[in-house]
Amino acid sequence: MNPEKISQILANYETDQSSIISILQDIQEALGYLPKEAILQVSREMNIPLSRVLSLATFFNAFSLEPKGKHPIHVCLGTACHVRGAQLVLEKLERELNIKSGETTEDKEFSLDEVHCVGCCGLAPVVMIGEDVYGKISQAKVPGVLKKYKEGRRKEEKDAKTHT
Amino acid sequence: MPKLTLEDLEEIREKTKKTTMLRGDSEFRAKITVHMGTCGIAAGARGIMAALMEEIEAQDITEILLTNSGCAGLCSKEPMLTVEIKGQAPVKYVELTGAKTKEILEKHVLGGKIVEKYALGIGSEKTDY
Amino acid sequence: MAKIKKEKEYRVHLMVCAGTACVSNHSFEIKEALETEIKKQDLDNEVLIVTTGCNGFCERGPLLVVQPGNIFYQTLTTKDIPHLVEEHFLKGRPVEKLMYIPPEEKTPIPVLSDIDFFKKQVLIALRNRGLIDPEKIDEYIARDGYKAMAKALTSMSPSDIRSEIQKSGLRGRGGGGFPTGLKWEFVSNAVSSNGNVKYLVCNGDEGDPGAFMDRSILEADPHSVIEGMVIGAKAINATQGYAYVRNEYPLALNRLYKALDDAREYGLLGKNILGSGMDFDIKIVRGAGAFICGEETALLSSIEGRLGEPKPRPPYPAEKGLWGCPTLINNVETWANIAPIINRGAKWYSHIGTETSKGTKVFSLVGKINNTGLVEVPMGITLREIIYDIGGGIPGGREFKAVQTGGPSGGCIPKEKIDLPIDYESLSDAGSMMGSGGMVVMDEDTCMVDVARYFLSFTQDESCGKCTPCREGTKAMLDILTRITKGEGTDEDLTLLEELAVSIKDSALCGLGKTAPNPVLTTMKYFRSEYEAHIRDKKCPAHTCRDLNVYTIDEDICVNTGHGCDLCRRNCASDAILGERNQPHQIIQDKCTKCGVCYDVCKFGAVKVD
Repeated sequence: MNPEKISQILANYETDQSSIISILQDIQEALGYLPKEAILQVSREMNIPLSRVLSLATFFNAFSLEPKGKHPIHVCLGTACHVRGAQLVLEKLERELNIKSGETTEDKEFSLDEVHCVGCCGLAPVVMIGEDVYGKISQAKVPGVLKKYKEGRRKEEKDAKTHT
Repeated sequence: MPKLTLEDLEEIREKTKKTTMLRGDSEFRAKITVHMGTCGIAAGARGIMAALMEEIEAQDITEILLTNSGCAGLCSKEPMLTVEIKGQAPVKYVELTGAKTKEILEKHVLGGKIVEKYALGIGSEKTDY
Repeated sequence: MAKIKKEKEYRVHLMVCAGTACVSNHSFEIKEALETEIKKQDLDNEVLIVTTGCNGFCERGPLLVVQPGNIFYQTLTTKDIPHLVEEHFLKGRPVEKLMYIPPEEKTPIPVLSDIDFFKKQVLIALRNRGLIDPEKIDEYIARDGYKAMAKALTSMSPSDIRSEIQKSGLRGRGGGGFPTGLKWEFVSNAVSSNGNVKYLVCNGDEGDPGAFMDRSILEADPHSVIEGMVIGAKAINATQGYAYVRNEYPLALNRLYKALDDAREYGLLGKNILGSGMDFDIKIVRGAGAFICGEETALLSSIEGRLGEPKPRPPYPAEKGLWGCPTLINNVETWANIAPIINRGAKWYSHIGTETSKGTKVFSLVGKINNTGLVEVPMGITLREIIYDIGGGIPGGREFKAVQTGGPSGGCIPKEKIDLPIDYESLSDAGSMMGSGGMVVMDEDTCMVDVARYFLSFTQDESCGKCTPCREGTKAMLDILTRITKGEGTDEDLTLLEELAVSIKDSALCGLGKTAPNPVLTTMKYFRSEYEAHIRDKKCPAHTCRDLNVYTIDEDICVNTGHGCDLCRRNCASDAILGERNQPHQIIQDKCTKCGVCYDVCKFGAVKVD
């Protein structure tokens, strides 16, 4: 957490209260979550009661008070995805990662969340891992998809070892 | 003073219409097809195409569709092109050069007069399926 | 006087679809491969590559349309590109094997407009889709863009504009279907408490799961929305507009930012637009992921930087909206319809559609349907035409059961009503609603109780919690529905569900709560026998409610056809399958968690579900 980063974001906006949601969005985007210190700083510098900042940070789905995994996984549970079996895919991911929806793996590699419609209904069911979109996914395809990211990690570790 | 006047807006519209007109269902007065089979390309069809594109752009010619198709089946007389003026029978031109092509564009496509000395014949083969 | 430079002409334009679905299907890699190959063949002076917004036929992506000729290539891979470039663009021979073949047919259809999916569509809001690069303002202008705005700003009075919109019969495309011209009239007549300040808002908070038309319009043709808004601003005398767009739509946001910058650059936004003396500008506000913010009062709260909670109406935003000033809110699709109406006249527009519903509507056709995608059709078209002619029917020869319209506020229309002509009234008579245009097709494998439970869990999750009927009532309904899908429901539950539904409809504060019971009421009306099967027989006829399923393996098929392939055992989540290769496999029911993975992976149909 770096207070200057937050100050930079604050400087991009006028200090009137209507900018607060945009400011929180930018912090969320830059840091991946809203750390406690950031919320305190926003409240202080914008002169908005902490209770109000916190109520906004907990009301909107876009904000998270906890850090997410290195590879955030979003399972679309829109209607089109639902009727094409998204729930089964979500449960398969829960089993494979050994976490529940809304949680992050212990090694901080993956976090798993549900979203209501990413607007790719033509490709239902859809799972997003980071920026990558996986359309027409099924339970059976889940392990193969996760493997790509797990292998990426193993490779990094191996590289790190050979460097030392 | 506004940044853009009504006239400026119209000018942008006309200019871009010209470069994008082949996307819609615009009507073309004439169509030129350059035959681009392997034989045609070997005989220099790409030069013919380039010459046509250059001329069309230089003279700001509109309402003409320039396209390509496969081998016309008369490989010994390549490079070839076909000119189709709306409502008239297509005319095939053979053994072309850049200069001949420009002449055809000038006299036939724009002027409406068939350049008989380069023409192979008028019309197409029959297709009955 | 702006400087206008001449542009280079090309003989072939390759329109690469860069809508969200095609981008997810790697259309940018296709574009790169095209660029490389075209350079390699030395065609870069002859062939132009254009990235367009969503073409609509998302099912077949990534897509490429070749102009002139309107040749439609689909499901492309980078491996196809060298051959395609050489054959079609160099040698002039279109490549048949990359063309679309309708389900259960053999002959490919080369030309886009001959394909059934496109044939019956009438494009007004989506008039420029696939034909322009959304990031090039000049291309929008070439397709008569900003012509209506020029007309409205220089030769029409505000009341001329309002009356033209009123006469067109256009109704709000965001859900409610309120007559647009009338709304404009209200805002125009309203007196502002703050001098003469009035605001104008574009609602692009498309939260309805299963609908993506607003996203597609913003991605494919952002200027059409901007032009509509400027015309609206003149009609009500506003100088500041807001476009509220979901933050989950990064591509739509980027294209809208770019479009606003380009429009400002040309002076089509800002001070003294086109020398007319009118000032107007638009600011983007990014939504922060709350379905309730699609509700207009909640949306306005959130623009003001407050919690997205709805307020009781009246007063309507037309009287007291943003910061207490009269505010005109229309949805993205409504705004995209304005310029064509002003250009071609109310008479032309009102010619299309039915008695009460004029013009066209964009639907996202998704779910259990062959041709998923985005379609724009004239009002009055029947469901049958949409599902079978445009949509190409149900995949895998399954039977059509119902179509859900209107999202969480709408309902399910059963197959008996397949000849229903689509307009605002016929849909609400059938117990559903137009909504924003999501159309989710369901087949015999979709459980209607589960669908009702799904929507209730959605509204429950998105309920802002401000009023009790919505907060507690939807929770109570969800609990009952969950019980029923687990086989623990009783006959009394059905009566209770109905009572709760009626009282929530009557007493909730905003549209979200008032319409939340609709999916339950319509499924109970048309599919009561499915509810009864869950309650009385403890069975889910569609085998969707897993707690009621029993999975077994047909040992004959398993060993004789599948040679005990062992795939099910290796995939089983709970070690509930016994067996080894070449031997019949068995499911231990006590251990089975009913995840259904064995059923999915079995290639021989040996796993049975009952």
